[in-house]
Amino acid sequence: MHFEWASTYGHVLLQGLLITIELLLLSGFFGFLLALLVGFGRLSKQPVIAWLSLSFTNLIRGTPLLVQIYVLYYGVGSLFVGFPAVRDSFLWPYLREGFWYVVVALTLSVGGYVGEVIKGGLRGVPKGELEAARALGMSRLLMIRRIWLPRAIQILLPSLAGESVGLLKSTALASTVAVMDVLGAANLVRAQTFRTYEPLLVIAITYLVLALLIERVFRRLELRIPVRGAL
Amino acid sequence: MDWIQQAVQTVIGDWGGALMKGALVTMQISFGAFAIGLVIGLTVALIKMTGNGPLRALANGYTTVCRAVPELLLILLLYYAGSDLINAIAGLFGHGPVEVNGFMAAVVVLGIVQGAYAAEIIRGAVQAIPHGHIEAAKAFGCRRGFIVRRIILPEMMPYALAGLSNLWLVLIKDSALISVVGYNELLFTTKQAAGSTREYLLFYLSVAAIYLAVTLLSNAVFGRFERNFSRWMPAN
Repeated sequence: MHFEWASTYGHVLLQGLLITIELLLLSGFFGFLLALLVGFGRLSKQPVIAWLSLSFTNLIRGTPLLVQIYVLYYGVGSLFVGFPAVRDSFLWPYLREGFWYVVVALTLSVGGYVGEVIKGGLRGVPKGELEAARALGMSRLLMIRRIWLPRAIQILLPSLAGESVGLLKSTALASTVAVMDVLGAANLVRAQTFRTYEPLLVIAITYLVLALLIERVFRRLELRIPVRGAL
Repeated sequence: MDWIQQAVQTVIGDWGGALMKGALVTMQISFGAFAIGLVIGLTVALIKMTGNGPLRALANGYTTVCRAVPELLLILLLYYAGSDLINAIAGLFGHGPVEVNGFMAAVVVLGIVQGAYAAEIIRGAVQAIPHGHIEAAKAFGCRRGFIVRRIILPEMMPYALAGLSNLWLVLIKDSALISVVGYNELLFTTKQAAGSTREYLLFYLSVAAIYLAVTLLSNAVFGRFERNFSRWMPAN
């Protein structure tokens, strides 16, 4: 084991770490919004909406994320190349890079996996609380915003912590489409220093620390919610 | 309608055989890794529940690391480390560098990664067994191995089945990661097909459909298993 490369290549790994965190936060945020839509959609009384949400989750959860990324990056991406209008537009710099494809793929993935989790949480809120909200004359939207959703998220915090760690692990797939996330950076270092393991081991520890951090943040959130002790 | 015919001709006519072969390899890798994952999971779960200090710490470390570090990274690490290790052992016995069997490497690597999840599922399932059953067996003078074989294993199965069926689906999807280290399974074949025909969208959508078919089919099979097993569950 040699780590003298760390002084020259340390900043490469740090830059990669930044990209990984950007991927995590961006797709976490947009994915959660999508997951809310999917979660409510799964419980919708409109058969079309319910069916659409169910098909979406089945599609996302039934295919490997790596294939989804390839469909978007190589498949849809290769379509864009054929249109000169797209190539000349201001969007082209974004459409050329893997980063935004991975963000979209991860967002869809979070929408599918977390949507199903949120559906479970929404179902888990005691009926009486929703009836109480309605009895107080809350409109449906207000009830969702003030009672249903907060209570569901409160129930779900432990599973959401798990899903967030899962998302962190999924970001590593970005390296397969030439995004310089932390794993991509480590692969670059490996290629340039001919060290097979050391860069991989360093970032394995990085992922471990990030995962522990995520769990700690969620535990903080859990503690912040007042729990009424049993009578 | 012409392009549909052409697409069908390209995917099924030209590459259908290769894709089928790739799908078969993917299934074989998944089956093998599932078996290894179960054995590792069972061992680690038993160590976690009954083992002594250092052994238990080792088991806890294994499950923590494997569940927090990306599968792709673990696969890269284990793939290279594993081949080096085998070569080192071969070197000790005076052999030259050996060609590491890609299939076995894929199976073992995925099995090690999945073992951590299997261990947690099995541990949860064993803990769901009413303690009185195990005490009753002990009271009858059953030995430890007998209790594991005749009481714990059969009784935990219904509890573990939901988690294990989920794990199987995860495994099929994770097996696609093996394509990154260059072993010729379903996704790797697709990459070659897409690259040589330049029909990227067509081929990646087709392979997505194949994976979807496999997972939906697995779901149906596991659903039947679950109905069968749930007959043995205590009514509540």
